[in-house]
Amino acid sequence: MRLERRETVPLILVATAPLIAICAALLLAAGLIAAAGVNPLSAYAEMLRGALGSRLAVTEMLTRATPLILTGLAAAVAFRARLWNIGGEGQFYVGALATAWIGHTLGLPGPMGIAVLMVCGMSAGAVLLAGPAFLRLRFGVDEVVTTLLLNFIVILFVGLMIEGPLRDPLAFGWPQSVPVDTAYRLPDLVARTRLHIGLLLAIAAAGIVWLVLTRTVFGVETRAAGLNARAAAFAGVSLPRTIMGVALVSGALAGLAGAVEVMGVTGGVTTTMSPGFGYAGIVVAMLAALHPAGVVTAAVFVATVFVGADAMSRATGVPSFIADVIVALSLLSMLVALLFTTYRLRR
Amino acid sequence: MMDALELLTNTSLWAAVLRIGTPLIFGVLGALLCERAGVLNLGIEGIMTMGAMAGWLTVYMGGDLWLGLAVAAASGALMGVVHAGLTVPLGLSQHVSGLGITLFASALAYYLYRLIVEVGETPPAIVPFQPVDIPWLSDLPIVGPILFQQTAPTYVALIAVAVLAYGLARTPLGLALRMTGENPHAVEAQGLNPNALRIGAVVAGSALMGMGGAFLTMAAFNSFFPEMVQGRGWICIALVVFASWRPDKALVGALLFAFFDAYQLRLQTVVDGVPYQLFLMAPYVLSIVALILVARRAEVPEALMAPYRRGER
Repeated sequence: MRLERRETVPLILVATAPLIAICAALLLAAGLIAAAGVNPLSAYAEMLRGALGSRLAVTEMLTRATPLILTGLAAAVAFRARLWNIGGEGQFYVGALATAWIGHTLGLPGPMGIAVLMVCGMSAGAVLLAGPAFLRLRFGVDEVVTTLLLNFIVILFVGLMIEGPLRDPLAFGWPQSVPVDTAYRLPDLVARTRLHIGLLLAIAAAGIVWLVLTRTVFGVETRAAGLNARAAAFAGVSLPRTIMGVALVSGALAGLAGAVEVMGVTGGVTTTMSPGFGYAGIVVAMLAALHPAGVVTAAVFVATVFVGADAMSRATGVPSFIADVIVALSLLSMLVALLFTTYRLRR
Repeated sequence: MMDALELLTNTSLWAAVLRIGTPLIFGVLGALLCERAGVLNLGIEGIMTMGAMAGWLTVYMGGDLWLGLAVAAASGALMGVVHAGLTVPLGLSQHVSGLGITLFASALAYYLYRLIVEVGETPPAIVPFQPVDIPWLSDLPIVGPILFQQTAPTYVALIAVAVLAYGLARTPLGLALRMTGENPHAVEAQGLNPNALRIGAVVAGSALMGMGGAFLTMAAFNSFFPEMVQGRGWICIALVVFASWRPDKALVGALLFAFFDAYQLRLQTVVDGVPYQLFLMAPYVLSIVALILVARRAEVPEALMAPYRRGER
C-alpha cells in the first residue's frame, strides 16, 4: 500500500472533498452524541432547526457567518503563500479596538465614517501581522508561534485598554469599551434582526480577493510562492515582497472582520466578543480548499454548526462543545480528503 | 526598586520556579522529541488540555493520582497517534494537522468534561499531589524548600530530562531518532524504518505533553477549567527552538521562563500603578524575544517537516 501522485487533479474530487470531509466529521461526532445518550439523528435535526428553521435563526446564522467569511479569507490568502497566519484572532481584536477607539470621536458623516473606520480596522490588522512576517523574513523566526503568542498579548492589551483609556463610563463597571458613534453602526439587512450589511461587505470582499488572486500578478506570485518558493524565486518572484504583501492583505482582512463586527453587531469592544473567529477562520479556509468562493460556503457551514449547536444543546442536553468537536473533525477530515485529490492509493 | 530585588531572596519564589516550570519541562521535552525525529507537533496546546482533563477526571472518578498521570499520558499518546498517522504515512501538512489536533483535543476535552461532570457554582476539586517530605533533605535550610519539597510529578519531569538527554545522545535508539530528523534516507539505508521511528517519537512526545497538562490539574491546581493551559503549549514550541533541540538546554529554558513567570506574579504585589495585564503579557513577549535571539543560529533538524516517502527524492 503506497501513495502515488495523480497525473491530473479531477475537479469533481476537489468539489466533493469538503462534503465528504463534513460527512466524516458528522459521523464521528455522532458517536460522541450517542455517548451522551442522545439519538444523533434527532440531535442533528435540532441543530438544523436551530440554525435554519426560522427567519430569526437564519439571520442569526448569517450574522455569525459574516466575520467567519472575513477571517476565512484572511487565512486562505495567507495559507496560499504558506504564510501560517494563526493570528487571525489577534488581528480581529486589534481591528475591533481601532474601530471602537477612533469611531468614538471621529466626527465624520455616517457612510464616510464607516469607510474610514473600515480602513482603520484593516490597517490595524495588517500592521499586526506585518510584525511576525518581518521577523520571519529578517530573522527566520517561524511565524506560527509568533502569531499565536501575539493573540494572547493582544487580548490582554484589549483588556488593558477597556479597563483604562477606553473604558465606557456609562457601563457601570461592565468591562466594555466606549461605544462607536451610532452614526457608524451598519444598517440592518433584515429589519428587527441582527443581520447587517456587513454580510454583503464580506461577500464582496470574497469577490475582490478572488479577482486579486486569479487576475493580478500579485495573486499569481502568491500562488507560486506557496507552491514552490525556490522555483518562484528563479522565475523572478521576490519572496520577501510577496510574503509581506500577503501578510498585509491577510491581516487587513482579519482586522476588517473585527471592524465589521463592532460596527454591525456589538457597537464596542469586549474581551469576549470573539468566540474563536480567528481559529474557526482557519477551518473555514481549509474546508474551502483555500478558494475564496468556497470560503463563503464553508463559513455558512461553520456558522450553522455553531448556532445550531446552541439550540441543540438546549433541546437535547448535549454539551454545546460538540460544535467545536465537529468543526475540528471537519478540518482533520478535509486534510485527508484533500490528500486523496492529489494522491491515490496503490497496492 | 528594593522591594523588587528583595523578592529574589525569597525561597518561595525559587520553589515556585520549579513548580511553574514542571508543565513546561514536560511540554518542551515532548515537543523536542517529536521535532528531533522530524515532526512538528502543534497539537501540544490541545494535548495538554486533554491530558489535564483526562488525568483530573480519572482521579475525580475515584482513581489513584499516579493512575491519573498514566491516563493523561495515554490520552496524549492517543492524540499523538492521530497526528502521527496524518503526518507521517500520509505526509499531510504538519502545521494544519497540528492545529487540527489542538482544536480537536481541546474541544473533546471540554465536551467530555461537560458531559461527565456536574456543572455547579465552583468547579469540583480533587485532592492533588502533595509536596513530598524527604526525611533529611526536605529540612535543609534554603535548598530544602526549593528542591526537596516539590510534588512528585516535578521529580518525574527532572528524571525525564536526564533520561531523554542520555537516551538521545548515547543510545542507538536515540541516534536513530536523531538521524530520522536529519536524514531519513540514511535511516532507511541502515535498514531501519524512519516512519516507524517518527510515529514512535510523536506518540512518546505527545504522552509527555499529556503529563505536562495533567500537572496543571493534579498538582498546581486541583480542578479543571476551560483555557487553563493559557498558551503554555505554544510557549513550549518556542522554547524548543530556544533550547536548540537539546534536553539539557530545554530544562534551562523552561526554568528561565518559569522564573520570569513566577517573578512577574510577585512583582505585581510590590509595583503600583502598572496594569496587571502588562505583567501577564510578559511571558508571551519574552518568548517572542527569545525566539528572535536564537533564530539566527538555530540548528534546525534538517528533515523537520519534510515527510518521508520511500522511493521519492
